[in-house]
Amino acid sequence: MTGETLVYKRPETLIKDKGFTFCPGCGHGVVLKIIAELIDEFGIRENTIAISSVGCSIFLEKFYELDVAGASHGRSPCVATGIKRSLPDKFVFTYQGDGDAATIGFNETIHTACRGEKITTICINNTTFGMTGGQASATTLVGQVTTTTPRGRKAELTGYPLRVAETVANCEGAAYVARVAISSPKYIKQAKKAIRKAFEMQLKGLGYSFVEVIAACPTNWHMTPVECIDYIENTVEKVHKLGVFKDITEGENI
Amino acid sequence: MTKVLWKGNQAIAQAAINAGCKCYFGYPITPQSEIGEYMGDKMPELGRTFITAESELASISMVIGAGTTGTKAMTSSSSCGIALMQEAMSAMCCAEVPGVIVSVMRGGPGLGNIASAQGDYFQAVKGGGNGDYKVIVYSPATIQEAIDLMYRAFHVSMKYRNPVMLLADGILGQMMEPVEFGQYPYKDDDVSIWALSGAKGRTPRNIVSLHMADGELEKISDRIFEKYRIIAEKETIVDKFMTDDAELIVTAFGTTARIAKSAVKKARKAGMKVGLFRPVMLSPFPEKELFETAKSAQMILDIELNQGQMLLDVKASVFGACPVEFLGRSGGGLLTDTQMLEKITALYNKIGVKV
Ligand SMILES: Cc1ncc(C[n+]2csc(CCOP(=O)(O)OP(=O)(O)O)c2C)c(N)n1
Ligand code: SF4
Ligand SMILES: [Mg+2]
Repeated sequence: MTGETLVYKRPETLIKDKGFTFCPGCGHGVVLKIIAELIDEFGIRENTIAISSVGCSIFLEKFYELDVAGASHGRSPCVATGIKRSLPDKFVFTYQGDGDAATIGFNETIHTACRGEKITTICINNTTFGMTGGQASATTLVGQVTTTTPRGRKAELTGYPLRVAETVANCEGAAYVARVAISSPKYIKQAKKAIRKAFEMQLKGLGYSFVEVIAACPTNWHMTPVECIDYIENTVEKVHKLGVFKDITEGENI
Repeated sequence: MTKVLWKGNQAIAQAAINAGCKCYFGYPITPQSEIGEYMGDKMPELGRTFITAESELASISMVIGAGTTGTKAMTSSSSCGIALMQEAMSAMCCAEVPGVIVSVMRGGPGLGNIASAQGDYFQAVKGGGNGDYKVIVYSPATIQEAIDLMYRAFHVSMKYRNPVMLLADGILGQMMEPVEFGQYPYKDDDVSIWALSGAKGRTPRNIVSLHMADGELEKISDRIFEKYRIIAEKETIVDKFMTDDAELIVTAFGTTARIAKSAVKKARKAGMKVGLFRPVMLSPFPEKELFETAKSAQMILDIELNQGQMLLDVKASVFGACPVEFLGRSGGGLLTDTQMLEKITALYNKIGVKV
């Protein structure tokens, strides 16, 4: 038809007529949609196996038109390893929270990175255990109020936040490691670019790729979605700094 | 075919290879480390996967990953290592993921010691994972049987999509015996109807263990327990030795049963009507078979290298048909056939049967 241009199409990787079940302003939906768009763009929907993990995003199979394997808390990189080693031609990614990938499952994350497992991890860091009601996790900021640090996280009592991406980047088997945010359209674009790059790393068989996404959890932060944006940009990003921490193809045109 | 001398742990590993195991994931622990060492040598040569995982939590989760794709995979460990795998085994039963676990028992509780023991009967058969589930457990008494049961473990696991455990002990893992491997004797089912492979030209599949919808979990529970009933009916193996006319029946599993067999033979020589009932499949427990065998006996003597674990299943199966006595030893010590014979003789006289 003349005069009409397609400006938006719902990704085919997202299940039709079904919405996300997250709280308003939650970061999960934005990132899950970016992933769906990229799977469509790469044309790999029918060659992908996703691994869901324990956290607010656990119901991947209810959002995605993808084969999905579930993992127990912290073990999705291991499940992904078993899948990828069995079917090396499949595109395999884990979708994990900070509690899952950086707290209970950090050992698994690090070792998967060191082995250079050819899988991709998208880690949603909302600096808290969202699903269980907002307790302090390994990435919680000093001073941050959570249900287990009602007077704010005190470094002398519970130490300091783990810098996830920086630590993963130290592993030799990691091909690409970045931390991004999704608090503005510009950031969302950058996030998509980073996740695209991470996917390419796997598709080219270059090694482990890991993208940490700083995301809001308005419910447990007790903030409006708009306040969350301000908090991420002025507070969280000061500790969990955005950037690309590792890119073995740097300088090359991939 | 001529028999060749093999060490238990290595024979178990080679049997897995023969059974078509494509992935081995493990973490070292005595007295089963030779399994991983053997796999570390052979699997890469065969173009198959070998990974020393970061923990037993990780190795069993890697088995899950392979299992969801319908790939034959295994892990092996001992006592405290198997303890770390319990959550995953519960998840495998719920999500119906196949996988083989070899447990070579050492002394416990805690780090215990590295001597052979049978204190992990409960761990294997009852499980320490959450919820209603059963791991299928087979227990070999010889290295030959360990090989045959490894073949069966892979077949049964793939067929019923449930974890299957081979429960051996340190003695079996470490000793050497002449064995014959033969060919993998089973024809496995087609996995492509359920396995994950990317949703090419079909509806996407999921293999998960969280089922929140109203009534969903109950349905799954009923289905998997129906499966366990079928397994109990079709896959049970028991080994009965001179039980037909026995007044006293010894129950024992694994290497203890092997020693008990020699005690039973000695008792027979001394004129006592004694037999041996050895469950080879420990879970689901062969209740019916034991009940039928025990009905005509006067007494049961259960012998284990623990403080009395299978004893509970024996009692539940016998269901009061006759008294059940126990002889055990814990902490890594063995019971000799002489010690067993002493107990058998004392009990035999007690039931008033004329020798
Ligand atoms: C072994 C185990 N321990 C604890 C839990 C409870 N649990 C469920 S979700 C969750 C936190 C997840 O937090 P995160 O990974 O950050 O995901 P989010 O919900 O914040 O997206 C915990 C602790 C569990 N399911 N399993
Ligand atoms: S609790 Fe937080 S992470 Fe979970 S859905 Fe709500 S906003 Fe998102
Ligand atoms: Mg979180």
